[in-house]
Amino acid sequence: MPGQITLLVLGRLGVTLLTLLIVSFVVFGATLLLPGDVVEILLGQAATPEAVAGLREAMNLDSPAIVRYVQWLFGLIQGDFGMSYANNMPVADMIGGRLANTLRLAAVTTAIAVPLALFLGITTAMFRGSLYDRIVTTLIVSIISVPEFLIATLAVLVFAVWLRWLPALSLANDVNSFGQLLKVFAMPVITLSCVISAQMIRMTRAAVIEALKMPYVEMALLKGASRTRIVLHHALPNAIGPIANAVALSLSYLLGGVIIVETIFNYPGIAKLMVDAVSTRDLPLIQSCAMIFCFGFLLLITIADVIAILSNPRLRR
Amino acid sequence: MTKPLAEIQDLYVEARTDSGRKVEIIKGVSFTIQEGEIVALIGESGSGKTTIALTLMGYTRSGCSIAKGKVLLGGEDLVAMSERDRQKLRGTDVAYVPQSAAAAFNPSYRLIDQVVEVVGIHKLMSKNEARLKAIELFRALALPDPEHIGDRYPHQVSGGQLQRLAAAMALIGDPQLVIFDEPTTALDVTTQIEVLRAFKSVMRKRKMAGVYVSHDLAVVAQIADRIIVLKGGEIQEEGSTQRILDSAQHPYTQELLAAFQPAPFVPPQLVETEVSIRRPVLEVTGIYAGYGPLQADGLPLKTVLRNVSCKLERGRNLGVIGESGSGKSTLARVIGGLLPAVRGHVQLNGRELDPRVSGRSKEELRRMQIVFQLADTALNPARSVADILGRPLAFYHGQKGAEQEARVNELLDMVRLPRALRHRMPNELSGGQKQRVNFARALAAKPDIILCDEITSALDTVVAAAIIDLLKDLQQELGLSYVFISHDLATVQSICDEVMVVQHGETVELLTNDQLPDGARHPYSKLLFSSVPKLDTGWLDSLPAHPGNPDR
Repeated sequence: MPGQITLLVLGRLGVTLLTLLIVSFVVFGATLLLPGDVVEILLGQAATPEAVAGLREAMNLDSPAIVRYVQWLFGLIQGDFGMSYANNMPVADMIGGRLANTLRLAAVTTAIAVPLALFLGITTAMFRGSLYDRIVTTLIVSIISVPEFLIATLAVLVFAVWLRWLPALSLANDVNSFGQLLKVFAMPVITLSCVISAQMIRMTRAAVIEALKMPYVEMALLKGASRTRIVLHHALPNAIGPIANAVALSLSYLLGGVIIVETIFNYPGIAKLMVDAVSTRDLPLIQSCAMIFCFGFLLLITIADVIAILSNPRLRR
Repeated sequence: MTKPLAEIQDLYVEARTDSGRKVEIIKGVSFTIQEGEIVALIGESGSGKTTIALTLMGYTRSGCSIAKGKVLLGGEDLVAMSERDRQKLRGTDVAYVPQSAAAAFNPSYRLIDQVVEVVGIHKLMSKNEARLKAIELFRALALPDPEHIGDRYPHQVSGGQLQRLAAAMALIGDPQLVIFDEPTTALDVTTQIEVLRAFKSVMRKRKMAGVYVSHDLAVVAQIADRIIVLKGGEIQEEGSTQRILDSAQHPYTQELLAAFQPAPFVPPQLVETEVSIRRPVLEVTGIYAGYGPLQADGLPLKTVLRNVSCKLERGRNLGVIGESGSGKSTLARVIGGLLPAVRGHVQLNGRELDPRVSGRSKEELRRMQIVFQLADTALNPARSVADILGRPLAFYHGQKGAEQEARVNELLDMVRLPRALRHRMPNELSGGQKQRVNFARALAAKPDIILCDEITSALDTVVAAAIIDLLKDLQQELGLSYVFISHDLATVQSICDEVMVVQHGETVELLTNDQLPDGARHPYSKLLFSSVPKLDTGWLDSLPAHPGNPDR
């Protein structure tokens, strides 16, 4: 059987596509349940019954939900996200720049948080029970317990108000040099890093400790291997599956969960766009944002699962 | 007298319990190992034999620590040494062969890389030289295809091969002392012979010293020069292998030796009237069963049992014996209805049973009970003994309250456990006690038949012998019939009227008790029976090599 791994990976991708289809159905259904009527909100004071009926027909809101769902889905597949209700612009244009901003923030945060988290997770597992391990673990528990808006607010208070090192708002548009980039991103990145690394450190530590309990680790020790070699060579390769999943789960937060951080720092990202869309009942925009979040989430989880499949030595020949 | 290679002086090891209390698990042990000598540490689980062996590498498992004493290797004290210095000795001066090689190999790497890892860590020779040396060791250990077996991953070779690869991994650094930690316990008897033989010839040729940890006196008799008997972290007796086998002084050693030769089989006394109406209480005919989806020929993808039939008469016992993977446990699952057979019939008292457990009546279920191998996993850890035994009482007999309580006490009496244990949780019981509770739960239903699936395999010899005696007594009292599944000939022989030998899911031979073991005619039964180690130091060397034995 040459293609056992290929089959498993393809199967996993198939599951992702199916999940995505189900998600699209749920997202569309959920937006229908939103209270308030778009047409009435759009027309405001001027809403006469005739005007409402006319606009309804013009916006194609009279056809059954299932027909609209199918049309919307086919549009999505072809890259057509529809027109925004609120300002009559293509949704794709509105999202484009904002998504890039969010991704940029996510990329910077990932580049800092993931290596840091892996390092701390692995070293605390290596020196389990030591003073270092206890200090780091305690710190992490404290950080997890503090809500992120508090971390963000404290960061603003310390760095922007008292120390006056950094701007309180993060306007990504006026970045011209690397120094400016650092300044603009510093606070959102610190806040987000705190939120996502705490989880990753704990999961990495747990996965490595679990792997260190295996008999082959004891065997390596009795072969005279040093502690570093035992952890990096024997324990870590067998902990990759769970670590990849922990990292993926944490990173997915950078896409959908950044809303609080984007709001506090007034960062023009996609999460903030979605909140604005909710207040104007801009259904196509909400649906598109939701689909992007879900897609990002599924993509990360799928990548993690594929890594787990590839790292399973039983599937190697 | 020459200086010993290794010496343990007045060793004390402490373990820290979960509650932080310190318990002494090794209490003042001293012994020496001469160059080229193989010393066996014998004892049941909890006797501290592995703990002592590991201190020879300057290592204690987590939670344990050496409290007092010296461990001298080549004149240097491992206890006083720094961890870095100990690392230098491990793998080169003293090496370790683990109990379960399957778990001791890292699943992520090729075997050869793990075998030569020691060489890389200690920078003994180039990678190429190491590879050639490994291949030479593979050949010496009689591994098939020595040139290429190392290129496989651990899951791609069999248990017996892994055990020999683990030995190669230990020997590659040319250690002066090798520690064998029950290296053949997890193997089938026919495989065990091959592995023991390979170990012995390599050790002899290289004149290495060894510490052989085991609970099996017969295995130790084949390989050790000297035996040290341990119990509760203390040495009970020490002497040359021949002396211990011939004239053991200490009562505990005598008990161990006695447990090795189980009480001879006595056919159950049947009252005359019962004999006249003798008919099978359980009859199994033409069973086909397995796992996976059904194929075009109507059989499952992985067919485990093929055309298996057997019969059990009231008050009699049927033994099912075979090696791992022979399908003997699957047979118990089929009879019990846990795995529905695709073909064949199971009849209880002449009445056809539904293949699946959900299709059987409560009365049918009650008449036949299963006792599983591992009481640890079969008993709910969150329930007290009284709850565990009370459940079948309520289910089958509707007994509640005081009535149930009285019956639970009665059951505990039956399996010779003190009534006070009724409030204990399973993890507060010893292995033997757990297996008794496991058995009492089956008795609670008042069954006609009990399917015993390897119920003594996980127990120490002495404890297992006591369980077998209990089974026999209860049979006399309650008129039970057992289907006794085991890989151990001695246990089966001591309790079963008839023994069915299975191999690859097919019946090889059906033997009556008086035909065991010499009346076997089929080559496989002969091989299986002759592979059981005997308490005789010359047994292994006297065996002819089995060229026809498929390497497993």
